[in-house]
Amino acid sequence: MSENEKNSEVMLPTGSELVLSSSPHLSSPDSVRRIMYKVLLALVPAAIAGVWFFGFYALVVMVVTMLFCVGAEALWCKLAGKPVMGTIADGSAAVTGLLLAMNLPPGVPLWVCLIGAFLAIWLGKQIFGGIGNNPFNPALVARVGLLIALPAIMTTWPVPRSFDSADPAAKITHATDTPVDSITGATPLGEVGTTKKILDKSEAAYANFQAVDNDAMLWKYFLGEKGGCIGETSVLALLIGGILLIALKLINWRVPVCYIGTVAIITGLVHFFYPGVSPSPLFHILTGGLMIGAFFMATDMVTSPITSTGCVVFAVGCGVITSVIRLWGNYPEGVSFSILFMNALVPLIDRWCSQRPFGYVRKRG
Amino acid sequence: MSKKDILTFDGGIHPVSDGKALSCNAPITAAPLLDKYRVLLSENVGKLPKPVVKAGDLVKKYQLIAEADGFVSANLHSPTSGKVTGIVDVPGPMGTLIPAIEIEADGQDEPCEPMPAIDWHKADVKELLKRTADAGLVGMGGAAFPTHVKLSPPPDKTIDTLILNGAECEPYLTADHRLMLEQPERVLEGAAISAKILNVKNVYIGVEANKIDAIEALGRRAAEFGIKVATLKVQYPQGSEKQLIMAITGRKVPTGGLPMDAGCVVQNVGTAAAMTDAVCRGIPLVERVTTITGEVVKNPGNWLLKIGTPVIKAIEFAGGVTAEPGKLILGGPMMGFAQKSFEVPVAKNTSGILLLPVELSMNYGSTGCIRCGRCVEGCPMNLIPCLLGNAVEAERFDLAAQNHVMDCLECGSCAYVCPAHRPLVQHMRRAKAEIRKRKK
Amino acid sequence: MNTVVLIAVVLMAVLGLALGVVIGWFAKLFRVETDSRVELVTELLPGANCGGCGKAGCSDFAKSVVAGENPPSKCPVSSSEQISAIAMALGIDAGESFQQRAVVCCGGDMEQTKRLLNYNGVLDCVSASLVAGGPKGCSYGCLGMGTCAHHCPFGAIEMINNLAVVHRELCVGCGNCVAACPRGVIKLVPADADVHIYCNSPAKGAAKKQVCNVPCIGCRKCAKFAPDKFTVNGFLAAVNYQAEAFPTAEDVSAVGCPTGALLTVEEHLKIEQNEPEWSAGKK
Repeated sequence: MSENEKNSEVMLPTGSELVLSSSPHLSSPDSVRRIMYKVLLALVPAAIAGVWFFGFYALVVMVVTMLFCVGAEALWCKLAGKPVMGTIADGSAAVTGLLLAMNLPPGVPLWVCLIGAFLAIWLGKQIFGGIGNNPFNPALVARVGLLIALPAIMTTWPVPRSFDSADPAAKITHATDTPVDSITGATPLGEVGTTKKILDKSEAAYANFQAVDNDAMLWKYFLGEKGGCIGETSVLALLIGGILLIALKLINWRVPVCYIGTVAIITGLVHFFYPGVSPSPLFHILTGGLMIGAFFMATDMVTSPITSTGCVVFAVGCGVITSVIRLWGNYPEGVSFSILFMNALVPLIDRWCSQRPFGYVRKRG
Repeated sequence: MSKKDILTFDGGIHPVSDGKALSCNAPITAAPLLDKYRVLLSENVGKLPKPVVKAGDLVKKYQLIAEADGFVSANLHSPTSGKVTGIVDVPGPMGTLIPAIEIEADGQDEPCEPMPAIDWHKADVKELLKRTADAGLVGMGGAAFPTHVKLSPPPDKTIDTLILNGAECEPYLTADHRLMLEQPERVLEGAAISAKILNVKNVYIGVEANKIDAIEALGRRAAEFGIKVATLKVQYPQGSEKQLIMAITGRKVPTGGLPMDAGCVVQNVGTAAAMTDAVCRGIPLVERVTTITGEVVKNPGNWLLKIGTPVIKAIEFAGGVTAEPGKLILGGPMMGFAQKSFEVPVAKNTSGILLLPVELSMNYGSTGCIRCGRCVEGCPMNLIPCLLGNAVEAERFDLAAQNHVMDCLECGSCAYVCPAHRPLVQHMRRAKAEIRKRKK
Repeated sequence: MNTVVLIAVVLMAVLGLALGVVIGWFAKLFRVETDSRVELVTELLPGANCGGCGKAGCSDFAKSVVAGENPPSKCPVSSSEQISAIAMALGIDAGESFQQRAVVCCGGDMEQTKRLLNYNGVLDCVSASLVAGGPKGCSYGCLGMGTCAHHCPFGAIEMINNLAVVHRELCVGCGNCVAACPRGVIKLVPADADVHIYCNSPAKGAAKKQVCNVPCIGCRKCAKFAPDKFTVNGFLAAVNYQAEAFPTAEDVSAVGCPTGALLTVEEHLKIEQNEPEWSAGKK
């Protein structure tokens, strides 16, 4: 052994740096912070779409809401004596902020964002003990809180920029790049909500939603030209982000698939039997907050079930409640409420869907 | 090879860095003789063997130095010739001091009269079992369970399958890989002998697909011993007994049960090779192939080490280190045990000596659970590790027991994938310790 | 308008009456027979629910006292006056009281005992002891992560410089710390014993000295000085708690333990109180 002959050159360990820890001694390079940053990345396409359709002010809302949320978290940590930098650095407050901003109308005043940030971080998250302990999705807590407290502001929808440049409304909105209170449109779902329902299968029933539910309009909805919250506009952008999330294994694909599937089936059945009551399922999928809800809100790790079976139950529940609210409820939109409602059931779902260990044998007697 | 032929189980993980490239091309090298060996008495699960030598005795290589005490216990033999200097307390692999027989080598390495070789084709089962016990064979993969006990299942269990564990799913370790590649006939013959003892016809050897050369080497000779080579998916913990049985036979070992409850016996390939030596050459188990590896080891490789070799000497064989290691691990990085001392001797179940660099050693800056469910996906036993961890943190051991913490393999998949880096395995161990304490 | 009010009032009255009847009926149906004496004894007990008596809590113990299974003196927390009050209330014998105190048989704090390694894991003694026996050089001494202090219902254990010390005036001898300690370094001793051997390691003297400045090295100096008060088993001396008289502070100075493992309780408390280095992250 040539190495052993040169014994004096062999460097032997002294043990001065030894660390004692439990196995496993390797860990995956992923961390909570990385997960949060990846979610932010997946939200970028939808954010860009929001800015494109609603102008620079949408970007201001998103950035400011994120800053408010991070600030609210820092303030809480300061008051509660928790490490401030460590908590902010995990990026969860920024994700909550961006999600919240995407669930606000594009023309929302900034003070509403501030209230929303405190609702989300303090009421939605920190009073339960911070990240990982909150039963409800913080961004949705804030959105629903604002929706109930400030219904007028929260349902004022500026008209988005149109692909059709002859549209005068779009021009005006974009000429100023500030919220235009005077020119407001309605969301497609809002229009459906105010349309008088026809309970038979007459010609009129089929034509009831013709104005909002036709091929040309559906294409617009898909690309993003529709009234609504900043993040809800472009189904295409949300799909890109959602597929990114699934590809990065950040969300369980069962949640969006089952959620959207359930909505499609229920609205499809109603549409088939009562075409005057509900537009086509495709309309329901492409409008409102279903896409952002199914891909970004319902899939929130903390507030969704742990097991895959549980995720299916959870998503189907969300789909049922969303459909019920949309078809028969007072609100035109039910995504936020349905997700919050199912969030409350997560501990129960986890209990029902707890899995049996490998090789489990039921004890007799 | 089509994808269908590659067998696997549900759950499990795919570690990013498997570190096997460091040592998988290094042929097995016999270690030079040392001047002192310390053979640990507690090599095996079960009772400590009783020393049959005392200070001042002269011993030859292969001579019996400690005798099995009871059925679940195994003989110990001298790794070299020399003088017994006494029974000393040395740090054991679990961190406690345990007695060891210290032998000062005379440099001759002179063997004693070997046990007579047995023609296993003709020999009867009792004779073979007795030889297994005499040669001090133990499971060389993990727990060092005495092989003769494993090969004599109670009469009410029907065993129809023998599985040789060549999965070596632990990252970094390559000892079994080199053994199967370089000495396939030793492994296969040992498997055939074990199959004869158990009187089973179905004999499989399961190897992970990343060891294609070993699969080919075994495949060339397997048919003549009536053994089937099963290619397994590269997935941790493929080498865990229960998962291996599931992958190869599709059977599930019932919870709390042993492989024999699924009609199987699982044996490590190293043990099979030692079986061949014991039966065909009359040589007891005194040396084993061990991987000495890690990013800071100068020449990572696979060495044939005598039992009782202090780890520090083994590292010297491998050229020492290039930097001060942050962790010394006996076994693989997923299930191996961190050590406090470099004086720990190599035992019959030391499959690897792993030195991790300092920057890989501090891995827990644990934060709260975010319920991402990755541990649930990764758990090969279908448990919900994050909830078990929460239960332990709240000291609710009753809740942990209800949620089957006792079925945990401690394979480390959950803690590996946890993005919050929670020390889940340590929590599981604590829960098990507390539950066992309460049962007493 | 009057009719509306009337209807409401009548409806509420009827509803209230009906519900009241139902509640009353249920209360009768599911009445739990309680022994007033159990309640009395429970009130006289300290209510710490420490479990030192071996029962699940104070009211469980009260039941067993009333049933005659245990004498009142089995409660380690109550003073003799409280015990006699219980005995008087029940008209039974108080039983012989045997007061015990916990003592941590280790003097190895941060400075005195070598800690071999950086420990990276759960800061809990049980968890740490499962990782290669814990990061302390001595595998018998106090690990110093405070699991016993955490389990003490009376706050009698303080972690000083990563060594558990018992404040005798707070300790009642319930034994929760003894059960919590994975190393068995805490022992229950008679309450009036003042001097103890603060070492728990049966290892050889030389081996102990390698890792600790204050071990008992089994020199037998104490046993030679007072064979009736001290016994030496292998390399570890012990105070003979069965003896007539326990060693005193004078005995300690007279023996002159060469390593300082023989201490009075007060001396053990006064082991240098430096700011612990690594207990900052303690849970």
